[in-house]
Amino acid sequence: MSLPPLVEPADELTVDEVRRYSRHLIIPDVGMDGQKRLKNAKVLVVGAGGLGSPALLYLAAAGVGTLGIVDFDVVDESNLQRQVIHGQSDVGKPKAESARESIEEVNPYVNVILHKERLDSSNVLEIFGGYDLILDGTDNFATRYLVNDAAVLLNKPYVWGSIFRFDGQVSVFWNEYGPNYRDLYPEPPPPGMVPSCAEGGVLGVLCAAIGSVMVNEAIKLITGIGDTLVGRLMIYDALEMTWRTVKVRKDPEAEPITELIDYEAFCGTVSQEAQEAAAGSTITARELKDMMDRGEDFYLVDVREKNEYEIVSIPGSVLIPKGEFLNGEAFGKLPQDKRIVLHCKSGGRSAEALAALKGAGFGDAVHVGGGVLAWVNQVDPSLPTY
Amino acid sequence: MREPVQVIINGEARDVPPATTVADVVRSLTSAANGVAVAVNDQVVPRTGWADTAIGPDDRVDVLTAVQGG
Repeated sequence: MSLPPLVEPADELTVDEVRRYSRHLIIPDVGMDGQKRLKNAKVLVVGAGGLGSPALLYLAAAGVGTLGIVDFDVVDESNLQRQVIHGQSDVGKPKAESARESIEEVNPYVNVILHKERLDSSNVLEIFGGYDLILDGTDNFATRYLVNDAAVLLNKPYVWGSIFRFDGQVSVFWNEYGPNYRDLYPEPPPPGMVPSCAEGGVLGVLCAAIGSVMVNEAIKLITGIGDTLVGRLMIYDALEMTWRTVKVRKDPEAEPITELIDYEAFCGTVSQEAQEAAAGSTITARELKDMMDRGEDFYLVDVREKNEYEIVSIPGSVLIPKGEFLNGEAFGKLPQDKRIVLHCKSGGRSAEALAALKGAGFGDAVHVGGGVLAWVNQVDPSLPTY
Repeated sequence: MREPVQVIINGEARDVPPATTVADVVRSLTSAANGVAVAVNDQVVPRTGWADTAIGPDDRVDVLTAVQGG
């Protein structure tokens, strides 16, 4: 859909800026007018992670005058496989600060504003209010619905991208001119149904494919050129190497978005059953080690997937993936006369398996809070994490 | 007994009973409809229209799953 430019042009470009942006300026569709609009634009990127990394670098290089970054996290070694705005020496540093340093090196004419806080219902409207356009590259459903609803309430456009393993989806949601995220996905999948990248993995370079489309759409929205992805969803399959487009329209029957809600509850990060099962039946990694050292007779089950088990595992654990607990196959493989101890990567999946296990009559079963990551942290730091 | 209808679901040819709806297709593929979008012939069918949208001969039905990663 072709739309009017989102941003008015800045008064002028300096001589240095003309030199820097010359390859944009000689494209007739961008020209001085378009580049001045980019200079005047205020763009907020939510999440300086996989998608935020290429998005911020290219937005900065393109000459977007003001870039805001929302991120409360710090750079971890496991980020570097795809989050190319951060480097080895940034490990342990706040991502927002690390990203700003890279941006200043790419383009010193960009004004960078940091929001080193978790986006929530109490701050989102105020933060978004200072920007023309938002890019959503967050890593969880709760923040994605928060971003959508805030953008709808403020009547602002946002570019949305999401990734998993080899698959990416990207669109532009602007309630005034087309559908919003809820018209496509009215609510998130049930908790635990769709893994995060931390649980399921992501091909690093996928971030570049989707992140670059996001920047492409941002530039078109700001300068008012081309056909944007308003009303269209692009679907990328890196294994088949296909890009497909489907049309999305407003759902005339959808409930209107009139206020912000409790997004953690809406997305149920851990299901109610899992929370109830885990209450009073959670041990720490250190307690597990103590049980081993005392020679207690229990049966330790790792409910992750086989490839995760091969990366790192707790000694003596038996692999039975969570799915077998949910469909009941696991129960026949378990000893009836031993206490069952479950663990996963960080405690979410094992809590779900625990709920199923208790439902099948294994009343004294427990799970390890924090999973194998806690084991590495608290018991054996020589093991790798992922 | 009417003839089954030949359609393409997620790229694979399938026979479905006559008057099969988008909602029926989703039910046949997943236990949870939440977090799922369905496109028929490259047009997403809004959730509230699933039960009333019948699949016709040679329709291409794509069931998409929301992903959260970024």
